[in-house]
Amino acid sequence: MSELRYEAPDSLASAIKLLAAAGGPARILAGGTDVIVQMEMDMIEPELLLDIKHIPGLREIKAEKGGFRIGATVSGMEMMEHAALCATWPGLIDGVKLIGSIQVKGRATMAGNLCNASPGADSVPPLVTAGAMAHVVGPNGARDVPVEQIPIGPGKTSLAKGEIIESFFLPARPRNAGDAYLRFTPRTEMDIAVVGVAVNLTLDGAGVCTAARVAIGAVAPTVLIVKECADALIGTKVDAAAIDKMAAAAAAACRPIDDKRGTKEFRIKMARVLAKRVAQKALERARHVA
Amino acid sequence: MATILEKPGFNPDRQYKIVGTSPVKHDGFDKVTGRAKFAADAFLPGMLIGKVLRSPHPHAVLKSIDISKAVALPGVKAVITRDDFPEIKPGSGAGDMTRIAMAREKVYWEGHPVAAVAATSESIAKKALKLIDVQYELLPHVIDPVEAMKPDAPILHDYMRTKGAKGADAEKPTNVVERSVLAIGDVAAGFAEADFIVEHTYDTKPMHQGYIELQSCIANYSDDGQVDLWCCTQAPWVYRDRLTEILKIDSSKIRIQQSELGGGFGGKTTFYLEPLSIVLSRKAKCPVKMTLTRSEVLRATGPVSGTQSTIKMGCKKDGTIVAVDSNLIFQTGPYTGSAFTNAPQAMLTRYELKNVRTVSHEVVSNRPKVSSFRAPCVPQVVFGVEDCVSELARKVGMDEIDFRMKNAIVEGHKTIYGETFNRIGFVETLEAAKNCEHYKSPVPTGQGRGIACGFWFNRGGETTGTMNLAPDGTVNIILGTADVAGSRMSMSMMAAEEFGIPVDRVRSMLADTNSLGYNRVTAGSRTTFSSGMIVIDAARKIIAELCSRAAKIWNVPEEGVIFEDGHCRPASSNVGNFEPLSMKDIAAKTTYTMGAIAGHSEMNVTGAGPGFAVHIVDVEVDKETGLTSVKRYTIVEDAGKAISPLQVEGQYQGAAVQGIGWALNEEYIFGDDGRLQNPGFLDYRMPVASDVPMIDTVIVEVPNPKHPYGLRGVGEVPLTPAMGAIGNAIGNAIGIRPRSLPMTPAKVLALIEGGATSG
Repeated sequence: MSELRYEAPDSLASAIKLLAAAGGPARILAGGTDVIVQMEMDMIEPELLLDIKHIPGLREIKAEKGGFRIGATVSGMEMMEHAALCATWPGLIDGVKLIGSIQVKGRATMAGNLCNASPGADSVPPLVTAGAMAHVVGPNGARDVPVEQIPIGPGKTSLAKGEIIESFFLPARPRNAGDAYLRFTPRTEMDIAVVGVAVNLTLDGAGVCTAARVAIGAVAPTVLIVKECADALIGTKVDAAAIDKMAAAAAAACRPIDDKRGTKEFRIKMARVLAKRVAQKALERARHVA
Repeated sequence: MATILEKPGFNPDRQYKIVGTSPVKHDGFDKVTGRAKFAADAFLPGMLIGKVLRSPHPHAVLKSIDISKAVALPGVKAVITRDDFPEIKPGSGAGDMTRIAMAREKVYWEGHPVAAVAATSESIAKKALKLIDVQYELLPHVIDPVEAMKPDAPILHDYMRTKGAKGADAEKPTNVVERSVLAIGDVAAGFAEADFIVEHTYDTKPMHQGYIELQSCIANYSDDGQVDLWCCTQAPWVYRDRLTEILKIDSSKIRIQQSELGGGFGGKTTFYLEPLSIVLSRKAKCPVKMTLTRSEVLRATGPVSGTQSTIKMGCKKDGTIVAVDSNLIFQTGPYTGSAFTNAPQAMLTRYELKNVRTVSHEVVSNRPKVSSFRAPCVPQVVFGVEDCVSELARKVGMDEIDFRMKNAIVEGHKTIYGETFNRIGFVETLEAAKNCEHYKSPVPTGQGRGIACGFWFNRGGETTGTMNLAPDGTVNIILGTADVAGSRMSMSMMAAEEFGIPVDRVRSMLADTNSLGYNRVTAGSRTTFSSGMIVIDAARKIIAELCSRAAKIWNVPEEGVIFEDGHCRPASSNVGNFEPLSMKDIAAKTTYTMGAIAGHSEMNVTGAGPGFAVHIVDVEVDKETGLTSVKRYTIVEDAGKAISPLQVEGQYQGAAVQGIGWALNEEYIFGDDGRLQNPGFLDYRMPVASDVPMIDTVIVEVPNPKHPYGLRGVGEVPLTPAMGAIGNAIGNAIGIRPRSLPMTPAKVLALIEGGATSG
């Protein structure tokens, strides 16, 4: 076991340099709600803890191109207190609200939730259905990556050595659009999703669904984007039959494991139930009835 | 003079000034501001940090332990193994205790200590653990007690033979520690009279107490062999005497100071780290502090037993229960000590029964050794009993409370275990439940309501305490019984009541083991009752002494002085026209009278009054997910006399919350490798605040005539019916009664989808 080194750089450039030069396992520390817990439980033994909270500009939510730019160190509570963000992307906020407790959300960040790469992360399915892009910076420059491409398996990301997520971009959204996220847990909070489903859909003036994205968490090594679910909704008025078809597609797409949090069979059942309920909620939001 | 035990002097007409109010607890400020000192807050100069190496295997022969590399690591001051503990015969009480603290011949569960290190920092200690080379010879393991009873199950202890077994069974190696039968009447004849008979099998899981404070201690072994030990415990004297047994150190040389306790619930009646820290301190010649992690608490400290029970119950058309026949299996972990005999004694005690037979088994297996937990081994069996009772009530067509009332016991009842009850309040508790707003209100649409009843003995036992009067007339009480739930405040209140002074003039503190005589463990709901007797007795001794001093000051006969409202007064104008003397007046003059005034009391307290509770629960079950939400919960329970009603409510409410956790989600999940997969609160799912509704309480007060104020213990009764009531509520919500804990969404959904299959 090597000694732990803690660094708190004041610029992104030096953060990248420190990270790229790390001789052993390194972890980025933002909220610390996963990293510190994992260290406490002896699950990880990082050589470098790189605290990015002191880098100016990372803790801001800004309007951009009709959408939002959310910095990497913005906490869950800060997102929940941002009225315009909540009004535009309520489904994403559904997910953020479900992370841990108020205290945990006071520190936890969406970037951390994504990079922890848990298939059950609550903010990830709605982030994915929103079509969010991660702005990644590293030793070889910057790139914009669809968020679903960041986690590649439990605890693993596609980020190269030295790379950091600087911010997320949430696009502008059409008027008659709505998103929602629901998860199933045995407890009401402080729990990990057995299944989580996000739906983001857009209606035209006649109430016909013109675009949809559906993502399911905790039923595969990474969050699943289920095109069959979207196809079941697009072109319909999102009536009961369409929703049933979409829910069946959700159940069919799941490939979960049996584990301490639920059996395969139970997870698939829950995916179907949640898909129905969450589609209904997204629809109500798109129709501005909720 | 008759003692308080013979003549408690209960007076139904007494008007209380302090008792029955709910003043702010004297230890409350420090607790909410963070100033209170729990065990892990202690610090000594030169202190080392100790860590434990634990077996990764559930069952293995401990072939060799090489500590040489760990010892050589800079910063490591001591490494201990089995070789540092005296050999004590396996299978004896002390033999089991020493082996639970540190494995000797074999390891018996994942998490069993095999070595411990003391080092100058935690990180060095952890590094050193990795340098210890342990060679294991793996053995097949068994986790489930029913599996452990099968003929081909791996045998944990070669020497074990079933106590109470007959014939060939008595000679065979086994995992069944004991088979015991408790019976009255003729069960077959009873069932022959029955018009309705129900029989079901129930499965419950071990439940961890879930105390927030992790076990922690500091041991300081001095050069002349004195041990100073700071720790969080419900049982300082028990710890001391057991440490004497396994470490062969005189009790007089072991001084244990209990810290504030951050929850115990029975789980801090047994030591884990204390013997290790003493032996490490002796070897390192420095104080050694050890603190468990949550993962260690879940992997290596005792939950309470899980059970499998089969219960058969019959009644007549008029609702009279005529026979109960039960077969119970209790898992105890690798060593005996589940307190399973509580179950046959308490599971049915509230009903008037002529024909009962209960066959109980205690079974060892490769999982953490169980410990105590609120009414150990009773709630998990009541889960089944109260299902049978409710089902019979429905078959007969009676209201569930009326059915229980029909079979309820009253004063003079002779229990199955031989005690004859004095005044008890079961009928009054049932009546209060029937009349409470919750029971009278209709069940909300889409919900199910369940009720269940429970009983706990409540205990007394050896108790010692001292009370000192200061020159300013204030009072200090020195207690030995650990304060798990606010008992110090209740003691101060009882003393203030006796003296007739404001409670702020009384303070209670907890002594170390050298400062008082023996005190039994704080358990069995005994403390407010037993230490309460000591406090009242000591206060009355002080009052008698105050009167004697006043008589001297006034130069009148002692019987000419009476004591009321904190003052000695002449008994009548015939005695003389003296101004009353306050406690302060007399205390300030002790130098000129006969010296300091103190009261002391030590007793083996008897006369604890049994307690009964009725729980009423409304639940809503999501029919598509199987998720249960507890919507409304009321506890109706006899407290005898609530000294501090707020604290009594807290006991009821806390028990309901623990019952909700046990009922709905909490369980240990073991992999095929015998390792615990959920050693943390994320996946060992205790309820969070938003999982529980406000728990309403109704405090019934049927006085216990054996206590001067009539109080009964309240710590354990309120857990006994919880899972039974919740199970009955779910059963009524979905039409099928779950019979396996925890009643998780997946299990409840399977019941809903499967129709008639049993849970």
